[in-house]
Amino acid sequence: MANIKELSKLEERFSSGHRACSGCTAPLVVRMLMMAAGETPVVVGSATGCLEVVTTIFPYTAWKTPFIHSAFENSAATVSGVETAYRSLKKQGKYEDKDVRFVALGGDGGTYDIGFQSLSGAMERGHNMVYVCYNNEAYMNTGIQRSSATPKFGETTTSPVGSVEPGKKQFPKNLTKIMAAHGIPYVAQGIPSMWNDLITKFQKALNCGGPAFVNVLAPCRLGWAFPSEKAIQIGRDAVDTCVWPLYEVVNGEYKITYKPKEKKPVEHYLKQQTRYRHLFKPGGEKAIEEIQKWVDSEWEKLKRLAGEE
Amino acid sequence: MTLAKVLDDAAKAAQGKATKRALTGNEAVALAMRQINPDVVAAYPITPATEIVQIFSTYVADGLVNTEFVAVESEHSAMSATLGASAAGARAMTGTSSQGLALMWEMLYICAGLRLPVVMPVVNRALSAPINIHGDHSDTMGALTTGWIQIFSENSQEAYDNLIQAIRIAEHPEILLPTMVTMDGFIISHAMEVVEIQSDEDVRKFLGTYKPERTVLDIDRPITMGGLDFTDYYFEHRRSIAEPMINAKQYILEVAAEFEQKFGRKYGLFEEYKMEDADYAIVVLGSTAGTAKIAVDELRAQGVKAGMLKIRVFRPFPYEEIAEAIAKCKAVAVMDRSDGLAGRGGPVFGEVRNAICDMEKKPITVDYVYGLGGRDIDVEMIKSVYSDLQRIAATGDKALVTYLGVRD
Repeated sequence: MANIKELSKLEERFSSGHRACSGCTAPLVVRMLMMAAGETPVVVGSATGCLEVVTTIFPYTAWKTPFIHSAFENSAATVSGVETAYRSLKKQGKYEDKDVRFVALGGDGGTYDIGFQSLSGAMERGHNMVYVCYNNEAYMNTGIQRSSATPKFGETTTSPVGSVEPGKKQFPKNLTKIMAAHGIPYVAQGIPSMWNDLITKFQKALNCGGPAFVNVLAPCRLGWAFPSEKAIQIGRDAVDTCVWPLYEVVNGEYKITYKPKEKKPVEHYLKQQTRYRHLFKPGGEKAIEEIQKWVDSEWEKLKRLAGEE
Repeated sequence: MTLAKVLDDAAKAAQGKATKRALTGNEAVALAMRQINPDVVAAYPITPATEIVQIFSTYVADGLVNTEFVAVESEHSAMSATLGASAAGARAMTGTSSQGLALMWEMLYICAGLRLPVVMPVVNRALSAPINIHGDHSDTMGALTTGWIQIFSENSQEAYDNLIQAIRIAEHPEILLPTMVTMDGFIISHAMEVVEIQSDEDVRKFLGTYKPERTVLDIDRPITMGGLDFTDYYFEHRRSIAEPMINAKQYILEVAAEFEQKFGRKYGLFEEYKMEDADYAIVVLGSTAGTAKIAVDELRAQGVKAGMLKIRVFRPFPYEEIAEAIAKCKAVAVMDRSDGLAGRGGPVFGEVRNAICDMEKKPITVDYVYGLGGRDIDVEMIKSVYSDLQRIAATGDKALVTYLGVRD
């Protein structure tokens, strides 16, 4: 459990002044991650994407901790190289005796899609690093194109709603479970709206002694189209509708970390986002019903995995 | 006994002396890598470079190196992890060939752009399609504008010597650019010949240690590496990569001079073979030079003033030096083991023509595209090029580009 009083005393290693949109949740993910590290040194790598672009515009940087970006699809591979160098240099007595943590960041494009192979490889090899996906459910940096994390019926610029097409036609792939299937020590899903849950997960990930993967839903005011000030509330609704369940998989054991007292209908979550507006026109009820059924079924499956039934 | 142990014994040279052993190109390169003892190697197997990774893995398994070896899941990740390790201050290496290099292509630019002195042996192999595992230069010719220094090797000895020198070149504070050392697939990588090996101590003394100014492991002085440039800085940063490349020639020669002084084997930007008074010359890369030397000797015995110029350093290309070396020839044939597919020969031809273009009096130049996909080139074929050159010089009647050894 994180203690907000203690956390507030920490020096911020991610500065203000970056160029993220107002209401962007990606910087919150990073700040919570750095808070979770406490005073432990962290080297951060990032895939090409919104976060990298808004934080490293030369000659400025928002990073008060070592940071490396090389390309889009290889955040995990790049950081795996940094982590390997650390182990090698330390073993040979060529590096001071500091206990350093390594984090690779990527959006859902850089993680679910183009960087999937690099991620899988780095996790399988057992590098002592945490991969954090800030998942805003589309390629937002290039202007809202669909990814394999985009929800079904979500409108993007490459899954547009037309007279014959209903938006994205596939449900998102379950990357968190895919990463759990890698048999790594720690896998989790989180959201910045539930800050204590998320920081605690980051703390566990950073200290699990091996590869860890944390999939964080990062509501995007631009791509999902909602007012900036609603970002945290929408995230809450995502977990209270069970669209984005919060859970962790510790050494293969599934555990749900937050159970809504009363599971809200998905409609409540969908209607606040312009990417779903077509579902609220006549004829959209069937699609909402389909989403509800899918969410219910996924939630039940998760509960079974967590031994809650 | 593992192959690593056999090769390890091969390197038991007394300090200050060389020992001679029969090695393939891959073995010589793997052995050089053991002597270099990099902090990190991240690599992926590909024919005909696989043996380098295999042999190196046995060095790791037998504890003969301090290296952390990363068996990555692709060449793209091989270059990404090597780059990451180098950014962290490690001496980092990888090795590849053909499609592997092609898959790395994006990362080659980034590695040079970040000024990371990664060193990589590349076993030259044809590119698909059709898929072909044999030697030609198409792969590394695709990397000419990446910002990598390129050094070609004629044989196993040169591959061994070049790889050792490459570490010094890449890490030279005035250069700091990644460097690839090439050898022809199978023709060199798998052919056994006698190689002079220096002792581990001598190699390590020659190399010294790598101490970069700033790294991403420097927690107290954090840096942001790989940031975003807009139109206000990108041009300046890219220009700053050209500078060390253009200036690298003098430092490459300095490293070669020190290498010669320590180990007795001489290297330049290129090698001239009987060029002093040559009327007819060919310009070649890699293993073909060995075959060409025999052709030159046979022609010289018949009174033909034949010569050969073998390019060692292809990036940075020694334009002025090569122009001067071939200036007095009547006719010059450039031998390209890759094709530009545009009717004007291969990349070597383009560079040589660029080198001589502003000379008032210049030799007639023609191109021969040959040996694609490992197609054999022999002494008779090379002699036919020299007889073409004599006819061209006499009549002025020339074909700009000839495909040599191809069936119609």
